[in-house]
Amino acid sequence: MEMRSIRQAASNALAAVSSGIRTCRRGGARMRHRIRSAFGIRLSRRIYGEILSAVVLGVFGIAFILPIVYTVCNAFKPLDELFLFPPKLFPQRVTLENFSDLSALMGESWVPFSRYLFNTVLITAAGTIGHVIFASMAAYVLEKHKFPGSRAFFGLVTAALMFSPIVTSVPNILIMSSLGWMDTYWAVVIPAIGQPLGLFLMKQFMSTLPDSILEAARIDGAREWRIFFKIVMPAVKPAWLTLIIFSTQTLWNTGGNIGFYIRSEELKTLPYALNSILTGGVARAGAGSAVGLLLISVPILIFMLAQSNIIDTMTTSGMKE
Amino acid sequence: MTGQRTQEPLLRRVRKAWVSYLFLLPYASVFLAFTVLPVIMSLWNSFTYNNLLEPARFVGFSNYVRMFTQDASFLQAVKNTFVIALVTGPGGYLLSLFLAWLINGMTRPLRTLFVLIFYAPTMSSAIYSIWGILFSSDEYGYINGFLMSLNLIREPVSWLLDEQYILTVVIICVLWTSMGAGFLSFVAGLRSIDKQYYEAASVDGIRSRWQELWFITLPMMKPQLLFGAIMSITSSFSVHEVTMVLAGFPSTNNAALTVVNHLYDYGYLRFELGYASAIATVLFLTMMGANKLVNLLLRRVGK
Repeated sequence: MEMRSIRQAASNALAAVSSGIRTCRRGGARMRHRIRSAFGIRLSRRIYGEILSAVVLGVFGIAFILPIVYTVCNAFKPLDELFLFPPKLFPQRVTLENFSDLSALMGESWVPFSRYLFNTVLITAAGTIGHVIFASMAAYVLEKHKFPGSRAFFGLVTAALMFSPIVTSVPNILIMSSLGWMDTYWAVVIPAIGQPLGLFLMKQFMSTLPDSILEAARIDGAREWRIFFKIVMPAVKPAWLTLIIFSTQTLWNTGGNIGFYIRSEELKTLPYALNSILTGGVARAGAGSAVGLLLISVPILIFMLAQSNIIDTMTTSGMKE
Repeated sequence: MTGQRTQEPLLRRVRKAWVSYLFLLPYASVFLAFTVLPVIMSLWNSFTYNNLLEPARFVGFSNYVRMFTQDASFLQAVKNTFVIALVTGPGGYLLSLFLAWLINGMTRPLRTLFVLIFYAPTMSSAIYSIWGILFSSDEYGYINGFLMSLNLIREPVSWLLDEQYILTVVIICVLWTSMGAGFLSFVAGLRSIDKQYYEAASVDGIRSRWQELWFITLPMMKPQLLFGAIMSITSSFSVHEVTMVLAGFPSTNNAALTVVNHLYDYGYLRFELGYASAIATVLFLTMMGANKLVNLLLRRVGK
């Protein structure tokens, strides 16, 4: 009994103290009045602001998502509905015709549709795996080992972020042809390994990794490659998921650029196939939408699976002046 | 002790770090071969005449002279590129910062949804051709159909053939995909700012949300602002696929010709590699210059 009442009293006192502190913080009565009236205004202003930002977000959200909704809907529309006047966004009669048309259409061309798909998947997978492993290895030593030339090399990588790879495309034609890589997968896959963005993001993220873990492993006699694969890589999972996202996104969408290095039809990719289907005339709009749906769904799905990891990684993406 | 370390001969330090070099080697060789070397080669090639068939011939500055004095379509391309870059660069940058700021206060599921909505177009850059149907020049184009059903226009507008409109349509499409890595960086940067700073600032007399933004939020996320700026400068100066897909190549009176399209024309179709390299060098210097300029501007944020 006594214990409980003491406890009660203590908690009452605590509550009183904390409310006292709260009142003290607010200051005297005049101050409190000022704050209350200010709060009244701010409250209404805040509600007004919330409504305004919801409206703005709604408008932008619709504008951004509409073309994608449109692509998805068109993929399931029968051909006659694609040419309704006035056009309608949602299909009246859902059909899979476009997908079967696609295979028929591509059956006629001398490269089967599956070949474009295969090329895109191969280029994306090979380039991304190589990029994630090699850029992480480089980022690890650049961040955690200090050796002659490490800072200069990272400086070069950071500078390379400031121009688009397109400016290197002409000399790369010469380099690729001297290597005998023109018109091969190598010309697209190998340069993707050396993209600067992935190394930059990975190194920044690794700076959050405490050196003490690595030191402890070294004292235990672990070798560097073991430390890298057993300790570092599992710890930077958000970063390599982010690298996977950025790399797949670029490679999966590689269409026009491929023209610099690849001329044979059977090595061309899905975005290229989409463009050639659509330039074939309006009658192919249905098949085009089916390809479009395939093209956008893969990167978007991967992004959805890894989204929170990406935001974690991008926290350290900042640049020092 | 530290003095001793610097006295250690370079060669021995290099030999000691052989494991580090081994780790760096695969990435470094690719990076040096396909990014650094091409920049140097491009600079050298820009002073030559090179058509891949004959040996390259040194021609001094004549490629640059030709570019700025005789090549009218290059000047047109420069104009178009600057119009696109000046609208979509700062426009996309500010828009992504603004949208990231708007969704920052939301609950987690809503924020996740909006990040996905705004970022999805960036991942969908391969479906530019879908915009071709949206802006199709007949009445089956959605934009034409929509405007005609509202009686705003009588006749379908040739959005992608009329040089009056081409560039505007291109800019809309580029803005649509302009959120990019910078946007994700802003979302993350805003989220990582400690709420205590705002409480402390309200004690110090910061009143409006705008003051909060200028004096706390933006200075706190300056590193992300710099990163985002680099991303948007790089992408806004290298617009090329969207113009080819939407307006065709060549577009009506070169109304949508960009510098990269011009580079593609000379490098890939005409095999004038010297001249194409000169174009690439000009583009390279423009991007680096724009980055320097924006870096200087961003230093003034919050001051």
